[in-house]
Order: sequence, then structure tokens, then C-alpha cells
Amino acid sequence: MLGYTITQWLFGVLSLMAIMFALMVVFTRNPVNSVLYLVLTFFCIAGHYLLLNAQFLAVVHIVVYAGAIMVLFLFIIMLMNLNADTEPRKHIVTRVIAGCIGGVLLFVMVGALKGAEQLQLVQGGSSQIGLVKNLGKVLFTEFLFPFEIASILLLSALVGAIMIGKREKTVEEIGN
Amino acid sequence: MLNGIPINYYIMLCAVLFIIGVVGVMARRNAIIVFMCIELMLNAVNLLLVAFSTLHQDASGQVFVFFIMAVAAAEVAVGLAILSMVYRNFKSIDIDLLSRIKN
Amino acid sequence: MIKLVALIPLFPLLGFLINGFFGKKISKGLSGTIASLAVLASFVVSLLIFMDLEEHHEMTSHAVNLFAWINSGSLNIPFEFLVDPLSSWFLLIITGIGFLIHIYSIGYMHDDEGFSRFFTYLNLFVFFMLLLVLGNNYLIMFVGWEGVGLCSYLLIGFWYKNTAYNNAAKKAFIMNRIGDLGFLLGIILIFVTFGSITYSEVFSLAGSGSNSVITAIALLLFIGAMGKSAQLPLYTWLPDAMAGPTPVSALIHAATMVTAGIYMIVRSNVFYSMSDVASEVVAIVGVTTALFAATIGLFQNDIKKVLAYSTVSQLGLMFLGLGVGAYSSSVFHVTTHAFFKALLFLGAGSVIHAMGGEQDMRKMGGLKKALPITFMTMLIGTIAISGIPPFSGFFSKDEILAHTFEHSPVLWFFGMVASILTAFYMFRLLYLTFYRNFRGTHEQEHHLHESPKSMTIPLIVLAVLSILGGFLGLPEFWGFTNWMHHHLDSIILHKNPSVLNHTTEWMLMGIAVIAASITIVVAYMVYIKKQTLPEAKDEKLTGLKKVIYNKYYVDEIYNLIITKPLNAMSDLFYKFFDKQVIDGFVNGVGSAVVGMSSIVRKAQTGHIGVYIFSMVLGIILILFYSFI
Repeated sequence: MLGYTITQWLFGVLSLMAIMFALMVVFTRNPVNSVLYLVLTFFCIAGHYLLLNAQFLAVVHIVVYAGAIMVLFLFIIMLMNLNADTEPRKHIVTRVIAGCIGGVLLFVMVGALKGAEQLQLVQGGSSQIGLVKNLGKVLFTEFLFPFEIASILLLSALVGAIMIGKREKTVEEIGN
Repeated sequence: MLNGIPINYYIMLCAVLFIIGVVGVMARRNAIIVFMCIELMLNAVNLLLVAFSTLHQDASGQVFVFFIMAVAAAEVAVGLAILSMVYRNFKSIDIDLLSRIKN
Repeated sequence: MIKLVALIPLFPLLGFLINGFFGKKISKGLSGTIASLAVLASFVVSLLIFMDLEEHHEMTSHAVNLFAWINSGSLNIPFEFLVDPLSSWFLLIITGIGFLIHIYSIGYMHDDEGFSRFFTYLNLFVFFMLLLVLGNNYLIMFVGWEGVGLCSYLLIGFWYKNTAYNNAAKKAFIMNRIGDLGFLLGIILIFVTFGSITYSEVFSLAGSGSNSVITAIALLLFIGAMGKSAQLPLYTWLPDAMAGPTPVSALIHAATMVTAGIYMIVRSNVFYSMSDVASEVVAIVGVTTALFAATIGLFQNDIKKVLAYSTVSQLGLMFLGLGVGAYSSSVFHVTTHAFFKALLFLGAGSVIHAMGGEQDMRKMGGLKKALPITFMTMLIGTIAISGIPPFSGFFSKDEILAHTFEHSPVLWFFGMVASILTAFYMFRLLYLTFYRNFRGTHEQEHHLHESPKSMTIPLIVLAVLSILGGFLGLPEFWGFTNWMHHHLDSIILHKNPSVLNHTTEWMLMGIAVIAASITIVVAYMVYIKKQTLPEAKDEKLTGLKKVIYNKYYVDEIYNLIITKPLNAMSDLFYKFFDKQVIDGFVNGVGSAVVGMSSIVRKAQTGHIGVYIFSMVLGIILILFYSFI
């Protein structure tokens, strides 16, 4: 098909979808829709992971990001009862400037990365490193210490979130 | 057997995703959307890490992604807790509005 | 026995610590006893070591290593004590005289509220002085040197509530500091030249040094000695130092501290023997000081000031001896001078004690009956210092003058004049104080009393020493062995044997005795027969007399050429440099920061959006400059 392999087709389609959904995340007015578009973006990224033969990571990505984190976002947004009408909007000038700066940043980044390894092909299909067995081996040998530290980080984040989220007593309540 | 994709394409894709995230952070006032844009930027970097990991046939890149996910999860947990707290106190999560309460 | 040398300074240090920490809690008697016993113990150990050394005379010099002190690169300085004839002799003088003065102080200071503080300082002083004498290298000597400087500051300003006394203390400290700088530079030069500051090593290497370097070292060390031993032009602190309690004057400013300079030069005699220039400078400075101070002494009315100038003058004589190479004679004179000058000071203290603090001789007189013991001992001291045989001063002074004559008759003449003047003003002091009628108030006359035993016994002991001290160094042409020369033989590396024939020596001796006797008679005529009194009012003096009475205006000249310009310069620097430049700079920095931050802080809006924008711009710039 037009001289492209299936992989290349898949890459192109997934990339386009990811960029489109990402743009929608930014430009949709309703926060709920934003979240949903972000979830779609994450699915596209998970597809990329599959293309790169990182199956385990793809699954984890969907479970953690799309499943857990984005649901949390959605939950909070629902809780706060935000919608398109309550959505505050930046001044138009600010948004234009933001767009311009984004363009410049893209330009500079592309310029900076132009000298990168050109035409090195990523042979996703033959890679074995994305398998759970291989990843686990690396994770529990070479990166054991950071892994344990990450657990402490998550624990402290848990405690911190509970501490912050706990309803504080108001001044009147303390007075009583 | 699937044929490979040049690494430059991945770099470009990730750069674009990253910059969409940056623009989102700059252009939106809703703190939660800003937060989501940050997640988007993190994911752009994740994708690039995986791409390079496969390119160099080195599992470290993918392990980094695990750690980034763990950090992101922790960040989201704390960040959303803070935001819900802010919302409870100010009835708004507009970052421009929040700037004005610095005093 | 010699190994025990470390005990010698240890006892006074212990006494210092005990009195320093617990002085307020224990009684005065105990405090004084502890201090005196500490010095007595040192004296006993010194005596044992001295006798040990005498018995085994072939082993003349012993270094006792206590511990490694400084070890840094090529600088290795062990903490070593040196026991040799010179140091053991000085140990005896310091601890012996020191002990007598401690005993005396118990009586003299018994009413003072700072009693234990006084003994604390005295013990500390003795400790540092012993360290100075015992050290086996220049650095330990320097530590002791600075230590005695400190103690002298503390003791001169002992009555610190009096501003004038405090100023005197500061003056002593600063004057000494000028000398110390010279001494320190000398030590550094020694180290740079010879790579060591241990005496034996330095002296064995001294021959290898070039003549100019040796001269420079000798002169720098002499500057140190000038400060400590009160020579021209750094002598002015010593008369002012009489502000301290009288035992202090006796201990520090007569018997021990001022002799540190002599000790140092005798110790370093190698350098001076090698450098004619330095020796000449020492001799000339010495004789000038002797003459200069003696003339000032003629017109002083304060009993302690007379003695102070007499000390300066005698020190000048000792330096004259050093300058002409008569090192052992100078040590001999140090010894006899320590005896009679301590005696005279303590006697003066006894007089002041009886007079209720009065020091002006014009208000004394006729004390002979009231203070018989003091009078007798003072008389002995005065005769001794005037050089009447067979009292001690005669022998030591004569030795120095004989060597001087051999070296240069001109210097001898001036030295002779100085010693004649000494006889005159000392007898003037004696006549004005003890003879004729009492000139003080009735109250004082009623109060007159002989001092307590603790004060008179040291006086008597010192008087005996003043009489007999001369026998330590009987002239060799009388057919005796000069014990002093013999004892110090091994220390003096370049001998300077006398070449005078006996006739000349007899003649010199005769001139000295006759001149001194005539002077005493003249003093008698003037002050007893003619009943002359020093002018009560200072203004009536005229001409040269006035100049001398005002101590040649040296203090005023120093004030004019050093203090005033310094003050003016400080004032200028304060007003211009400090106020304008430094303050301006400091305040300028402050206000510049304030001004700049008042501009910059506008960037700190608190708007998250602005921060994000600037952050992204920053990223863009970094990427741009790094990669494109």
C-alpha cells in the first residue's frame, strides 16, 4: 500500500491520532471532554508501545494512566462540578502568545534534534526486552534500590495526599 | 516481520506532543487541565524513552518509564489532593485567580 | 636530678592555677602561702639542679626534651628545656629573689582587696620568666618573653581603677611590643638563615652565616632587648611602670624581667662576638642609656622614680658590658644588681608603707629612727649600688668598667660618669628620706611604724646578699679565682681575656672608689650641711635643670613625633577613609542592592502564567544556545 509497510501505516495513523487527541485536550472547553481526549491520547501512546514491542509497558500504561490516574482526574472534575460554562478562559492575547511560544519552542527543538541519529531504524518487532521476564530481571537486579525508594515515595505520597485532603477544622469549629 | 521506523520520527512525534503539553500549560487557566498537560508532557518523554530503549536494545529505558509512572502517580495523588483542598477553600481552581491571593 | 627541671616552672604554674581558680574562696594567708611555697619549691629544685651541675661540671649543658611541640614541614620545634650554667644561674636568681619578694608581698599587700589576684599574677610571671630562661630554643624564649610582657601589663595596671596606672600599663605593653617585633623578626631571620631555632644547632652553624646576616640578626635581637630591658629609645615605659605595687617594681622592673634582654644577648653571645658593628651599637646604646637615665635620676623627687631611673642606668651599664664582650661580667652585674635593687625597691616599699602611700621624698625625712631596719638595709643597698668596696656592686661594676676601658677609654669615661652620678642620686635619696627632720603631715608622723616581719626579713636577707654577693666574682688580679667567670666559661664561646696590666686595673679601681667617695661627700654637703631641698614648685626650675627635671622631654617628644601624628592620621583616616570610602562602599552596596531589587521585584508578580512563560522562554534560550 503506497510502498509503506503495516508498521509504518500503524505508526502514521497512531501518531496522527495521538497529536489530534492531544490538541483536543488543550482546546476543548469542557474539562470532562479534555479528560476523555487525554485518555484517548494515552491509548494511542499505548499503541506505540505495542509497536515498539513493549507489551508489558503498554498494559501497565493503560492500567495506570488511563485506568487509574485519568479516572482520578475525572472524579475530581465531577466532584468540583466543572463544565464548559464555569471554565475560565485566558485572554485571547495570552493564548496567541502561548501558541507562538509553542511554535518557537517546536522550531528550536526540531532544529536542535536535527543532528540526531538519522535513519536509524527502530526494529520493534524483533525486540525481546519489553517482555515481563526481561524487564523484571533488570528491575529487580540493577534497579532494586531505586525500586525500593519508589515504594517509599508512593507511601509518602499516599500519606501526604491523605493529610492534605483531610478536612481541616475551620476557625469557628476550633473556637467551639 | 514488521519493518522499522526511523528514530527521527519518534523524536518529532514526541517533540510535538511535548509542545502541545507546553502550550496547554501556558494557555489554560483551569488547574486540572494544566495538570493533565503536564501528564501529557511526561508521556511524550516516556514514549521517547521506550523508543530509544528499543533502538539500543537496553531495558533500562523501559525501567525508567516505570519509575516515571510511579512518580507521576504520586504526583497526581498529592497534586489532586492539593487542588481539591484549594477548591474547597476558594471555590475555584483558576490559576490566575489563585495568583491574586498571594497576599 | 636534671630530669626534674620540668618541675621548676610547673610549681609556679600550679600556684597560678590554684590562686587563679580558687583565690577568692581561700583565705588571704593561704593564698599567699601557696604562692610563696610554689616559688620556694622551684627554688629548691633549682638549687639541687644547680649543685648537681656544679658537681658534674664536665657535663655542662643538658637538653631535656619534654614533648614534640611544633611539627610542620621543615619546622620541627621540640619543647625542650636547657640546663646549663647560664640558665641554672638565672633560675636561682629568679626563684630566689622571687621567693623573697613573695614573702614581702604577703606583708605589703595584706590590706589589698586584690590579694589573691596579685599572687596569681606573680606566680604566672615567675612561670613565664622561668620558661624564658629554660627554653632550649628561641621560640620557647619568645613565649616566655611575651608572657612576662603580659604579666607586667597585668601587674603595672594592678590597680586598674586608676586611669593613669592603666595608661602606664598600656605604655609598657606597647613599648615592649615594639621590641618584641624586632625579636620576632630576629627569630625568623635565624630560622630562615640556619633552618633551626634550637640554640646548639644555631650556634654551631653561626660561623657559616655571612657577616651582614649575623649583624642583622644581632641588631634585631638587640631591638627586642631594648624593649624588654628598657634601653634608649624604648626605656620610657620603665619609670611609668612604677605605677604597679612596689613588690612588682622590685620583682619585674628591677630583678628579673628587665634582665631578660641581658639573658637573651648573653645566650646569643655568638652572634655578638662575630659582629663588631652590633657589639658597638650595644655598647654605645648602653652607655648612652646609663648616662641619660643617671642624669634624670638626679632631679627626681618620687622615691620609686629615682630607683626606676637608676635601674635603667644600671641596665645601660650591663649592656655596655655586653657590648664590649664582657658577658660574664654583665651576668655578674645582673646578679648583684638583682640583690641590691630588689633590696632598694623593697626598702622604698617599706618607706611608702610607713608613710601611708606617700612617694614624694620632699615630704619625707628623718625616718631613720622610725624605721631602723629599713634604714640599715637601705643604707647597705645604697652603698652597694654606689660601688664602695667590699659591697657587691663595686666588684661587678668595676669588672664591666675595666673591660670597657680595655675596649675604649671614651666609653669608660662616660660609664664612669654614670656610675658617679648613681652614687650621688642614691645618697641624695637616702639623705632626703632618712636624715634631717620629718617634712610630712602630723598624721603621717604619728602613723610612722616599722614594717612587719614578713617585710623586714626579706630586706635583711637581701642586705646580706648585697654585702656578700660581690664575692662571687672577686677580681682575678687580686689572686682569686673569679667564680662567675669560671662558672659561665662554657657558655661564652668567644673568650675575651683581660689584657690590662695590674697597675692599670688598680688605678681604675682606685679612681672609681675615690670618685664615688667624693660624690657621697658632696651629696652630704649639699643635702645635710646646706639643708638643700628640691624645689617644691616645679616651675621655678630653669635652664638645663628644667630640661633634666622634665626627663629631657622625651615623653613629650615621643608624644609630638609619634602619638600626635598618629592621632592626626587616624583622625584623617577616620573622617575621610573610614567615613567616606569604607562606609560609603558598604552603604553603597546595600543601597545598590535595595535599588536594584526594587526594580527586579516587579518581575515577581506571583502570576503563575508569567512564571510559566518565562520558564518556557528560558528553555528555548538554553536549547537555542546549546544546539543551534
